[in-house]
Amino acid sequence: MNIKSQKDFFSGLMFMTVGVAFAWGASGYTIGNGARMGPGYFPLALGVLLTFLGGVITFKALVVETVDGHKIGAFAWKPLVFIILANLVFGAMIGGLPSIHLPPMGLIVGIYALTFIASLAGDRFNLKETVALATILAVLSYLAFIKLLNLQFPVWPVLAGV
Amino acid sequence: MELFNNLALGFGVAFTLQNLMYAFIGCLLGTVIGVLPGIGPLATIAMLLPATYALPPVAALIMLAGIYYGAQYGGSTTAVLVNLPGESSSVVTVIDGYQMARNGRAGPALAAAGLGSFFAGCVGTLILAAFAAPLTELAFKFGPAEYFSLMILGLIGAVVLASGSLLKAIAMIVLGLLLGMVGTDVNSGVARFSLDIPELTDGIGFIVIAMGVFGYGEIISNLGKHESERQVFTANVTGLMPTKEDFRRMIPAVLRGTALGSLLGILPGGGAVMAAFAAYTLEKKTKLEPGEVPFGKGNIRGVAAPEAANNAGAQTSFIPLLTLGIPPNAVMALMVGAMTIHNIQPGPQVMTSNPELFWGLIASMWIGNLMLIILNLPLIGIWIKLLSVPYRWLFPSIVLFCAIGVYSTNNNTFDIWMVAIFGVIGYLFIKLGAEPAPLLLGFILGPMMEEYLRRALLLSRGDWSVFVTRPLSASLLAGAVLLLVIVLMPSVKSKREEAFVDD
Repeated sequence: MNIKSQKDFFSGLMFMTVGVAFAWGASGYTIGNGARMGPGYFPLALGVLLTFLGGVITFKALVVETVDGHKIGAFAWKPLVFIILANLVFGAMIGGLPSIHLPPMGLIVGIYALTFIASLAGDRFNLKETVALATILAVLSYLAFIKLLNLQFPVWPVLAGV
Repeated sequence: MELFNNLALGFGVAFTLQNLMYAFIGCLLGTVIGVLPGIGPLATIAMLLPATYALPPVAALIMLAGIYYGAQYGGSTTAVLVNLPGESSSVVTVIDGYQMARNGRAGPALAAAGLGSFFAGCVGTLILAAFAAPLTELAFKFGPAEYFSLMILGLIGAVVLASGSLLKAIAMIVLGLLLGMVGTDVNSGVARFSLDIPELTDGIGFIVIAMGVFGYGEIISNLGKHESERQVFTANVTGLMPTKEDFRRMIPAVLRGTALGSLLGILPGGGAVMAAFAAYTLEKKTKLEPGEVPFGKGNIRGVAAPEAANNAGAQTSFIPLLTLGIPPNAVMALMVGAMTIHNIQPGPQVMTSNPELFWGLIASMWIGNLMLIILNLPLIGIWIKLLSVPYRWLFPSIVLFCAIGVYSTNNNTFDIWMVAIFGVIGYLFIKLGAEPAPLLLGFILGPMMEEYLRRALLLSRGDWSVFVTRPLSASLLAGAVLLLVIVLMPSVKSKREEAFVDD
């Protein structure tokens, strides 16, 4: 059997997987009955509903003809990896990673790291431009978030007690 | 006369220096993000929520509201000048607006959008002020069964009006409802679906979902497109004033757009985007006068009507939020979050317990509209410059503001890891053609729906017929069924698809 709509076929599978996972999880809690609902009642019902909807979507994707096959197309791996990595590194810079003895490096270092890594996601990478952008963002963020809004951030590296 | 007293109270609140300033900041930010393609009010409001902790609640809500309706103004500038919707609600403005700009009539197109928006904004605010009180009265008659049915109607409304596949949109809502179940169950104290992670016992933060899915997911998808698809061509703007002929054509279009937009804004599931689509479709249905430029070739009505409608819709979508405490769209769902942060339970009691907040917000909307018309027409030159900022500078900045915003919500790096996960999920949704806005709406409504369902069935001793035997609840459910039936009718179905792929 041919897949008539690739997007729908895989989103249907996704809905079914998540639906089954939630329904299975919910069945571990007290279900109760209509008048006295346990914590599992509503999630179980929703999980079953989602699984059903996912099934219908998948079925339709196999049966109903489409013009262009609704291809999913290539994944943009480069932006996906760099944007998410930039975010993760920023988190590590702010909070530190105790598991590898990385101390918190603070907001400023974090901004430079994030801007640098995120810029790699674009089509062209220009080192000078990126440094300039990171500097502007660092100064603006310091003024806006730390000075003006008083948000609680570690700003500079905490090197003591490593 | 009570209305005037209330409005006087509202203007008293809105006209303090501090609140005027926050209204201005909100409108300015709204215009900026409206002009910039690739970042919308949803992500911006999510980013700024943590920053509003420190503000008084009135100032915070005034600013956040300003961002939402400000974006409706800014979005049209990009639509007309660059052939890109700055906002999803400006998608249809692109069609005729850019054609007008290519014919050297960018100025009148911008003026039509700005003036239309201003008129619609004023009317929308008035409707909000006039209908809020009677609707609040009605809201006090609502029991748990009615609230549950209303949410069903709202969620169905949201998918019916959304673009794309109906089934997938419903599935996204259910997925959102399920994500809302994560965390400690209020009735039993059981930590549901927390996977033994302590941070998850508080539930998933909606800021995390909003930023991951709408911030990171969008950026990744934008970067994945070919550069030519986001290339910026700016048209020159000479002379803003529309001709007499233009005015004669756009005035009825603005009136129709305002009426339609106000109506669709109030309906659950409505809001700015749908209002704009509907208004454009309506204009296309009307007969062309002899000598008038056809639609798609630069007809001024094709700019004025949807822009008026999206602004009217943006204003009136506050009605269900402020009177019933039910968010009709994803942006309003974030406003629920903003109110909760400030310990205000959204719902009919807001008007009586926080009248200065309620009326102050409404009055500030009118003032904000006045600020916006000034910001957007005489100062158009600034926004044109802003459009020449290349995307390669923009996206690292957006990533940074998302990351800072997420961290500062709880001062916890756990949220940063979570937003990374939702970023990947958001990109997956886009690739699979699954619209993420209904998910956020479901996520916000999930816990409320469960609570009302529980209460309703507890009161009826487990008898499900309570939803159809109580007249108010029954009519709300009938409304939901009716909506579904209408959309599934073959003739409407093909029209609906046509309206969304039209170009």
